[in-house]
Amino acid sequence: MDTRLMAEDFSAWYGQNQVVKNVTLPVFANQITAIIGPSGCGKSTFIRCLNRMHEVIPGTRTRGRVLLDGENIYANRVDPVEIRRRVGMVFQKPNPFPTMSIFDNVAAGLRLHGLPPGTTAEEVVKRCLKMVGLWNEVKDRLRDSGVSLSGGQQQRLCIARALAVEPEILLMDEPCSALDPVSTMKIEELIKELKERYTIVIVTHSMHQAARVADYTAFFLNGQLIEFGPTSAIFTNPRDQRTEDYITGRFG
Amino acid sequence: MQKPSHQSRQWGDAVFRGLTLLAALVMVGLILVIALQLIKGSQPAFARFGLGFITGSRWDPVHGDFGSLPLVYGTVVSSLIALIIAVPLSLGIAIYLAELAPQRVRAPLSFLVELLAAIPSVVYGLWGIFVLVPWIRTSLEPFLHRFLGWLPFFQGTFYGFGMLAAGIILAIMITPTISAVSREVLLAVPVSQREAMLALGATRWETIKMAVLPYGRSGILGAVILGLGRAIGETMAVTMVIGNRPQVSPSVFELAQTIASIIANEFSEAFDDLHLSALVMAGLVLFIVTLLLNIIARLLVWRVARAPEGMSRE
Repeated sequence: MDTRLMAEDFSAWYGQNQVVKNVTLPVFANQITAIIGPSGCGKSTFIRCLNRMHEVIPGTRTRGRVLLDGENIYANRVDPVEIRRRVGMVFQKPNPFPTMSIFDNVAAGLRLHGLPPGTTAEEVVKRCLKMVGLWNEVKDRLRDSGVSLSGGQQQRLCIARALAVEPEILLMDEPCSALDPVSTMKIEELIKELKERYTIVIVTHSMHQAARVADYTAFFLNGQLIEFGPTSAIFTNPRDQRTEDYITGRFG
Repeated sequence: MQKPSHQSRQWGDAVFRGLTLLAALVMVGLILVIALQLIKGSQPAFARFGLGFITGSRWDPVHGDFGSLPLVYGTVVSSLIALIIAVPLSLGIAIYLAELAPQRVRAPLSFLVELLAAIPSVVYGLWGIFVLVPWIRTSLEPFLHRFLGWLPFFQGTFYGFGMLAAGIILAIMITPTISAVSREVLLAVPVSQREAMLALGATRWETIKMAVLPYGRSGILGAVILGLGRAIGETMAVTMVIGNRPQVSPSVFELAQTIASIIANEFSEAFDDLHLSALVMAGLVLFIVTLLLNIIARLLVWRVARAPEGMSRE
């Protein structure tokens, strides 16, 4: 199987506080990789390092390499802006741009990077909204504000927005933590569909979510990667005692 | 300690409510008293000139002829010049302080900007007379005339004093207000908005332009209005540099006059009742102009702010 993304001996800090410790983790192409672990285990920080979003917070630093198709995204001459276009991200809370319409929210990235040759903004927006299953719900109100939608719709809008710039990899940082169960279910189904075309990394505090959607699962604890493997193996036959304690609900 | 009875606590509530209500009513009462006093005081002038007071373009105390158009014109144009200069400058300052400046220079620089707002206006006026006006006369006006002299705005004698000097000094005075408030507005924009744009592959500038500024636009508009309010009512510094000649001229090189500064200038010398009444009526016009501007501004802010209000549906 192809390795799209590879973190090698990677560490990250907030000021003096090391929150990711020497993590080595592969992400396979067209697979869903879930990162689970208790609050404060460094899983959100780690995923933000995969598209160089960690460094936008003042006082942070990193060490180690992250290889995107074999090339280190932390190499000196690499432009983080270009990395973020190739590795898209969806956040915990839906964050559509409130002053933009639904259409403009999806098209925001197109304004940054231009249209793919031979397409129109209308086509791209329609395709992305269809992909996230929002088209039929919003096609008659594309001019309405992006925040006029419900929370679950807003999150799907944010996914459509991320997809519009045609990223190669999609990072999702607890994308359902602010959503109700029905919206969560829709997003999970969407993630499974997107796997055909994208490589997905999802951070979740819900083990059940990881079990439902992920092909591979990584378990983090105190900034360290404790165990990584196919989801079924992690949940049915964990090798590490701490993994077993966590998934059987003894802590976290 | 003895626990206060339920009844005494309720009583305290009522007293508190009464006191705050009283404070609010004093506010309303003050505005009404001022408005009534202005209306009453302007009766003689109104009886004589009627609405012609607003459209009349001659202000001539010697012949007892009073029209406030040049004053309104001077007030509006000098404030407009101030805004044209101050708004881009303040936005630049605010963006730098909130988004780009290194952490260790933010606090001292912000403090300096706010310090500028604390300088008394008469000091600005003095600085205007001794530094700004000579510079405008010898450098700025010749320069503008040379390159933009084909426009009617930049023609005539280089006095140094005049509309341009007033506009520039007002710009300097309102810049701290607009930039300090805009900075607060930008700092209040949620990190999630910035990150959403960054994660799409936006540069820092694109993030500011497409996510931060649009999100804060109603607040920034509010900051601009605050600055405008200050510019319109400013008296001392303007009087010292505007030249104090009530006239309507397209050229910003010309001497001019504002409502606030003519009142300050002529009140102590106004001995006949009509002149006095005309000055009070000019005050009433200023009151109304300010009121109208504030209403328009409020409406604008509401209109612009409507979009983000939908956020409550999360």
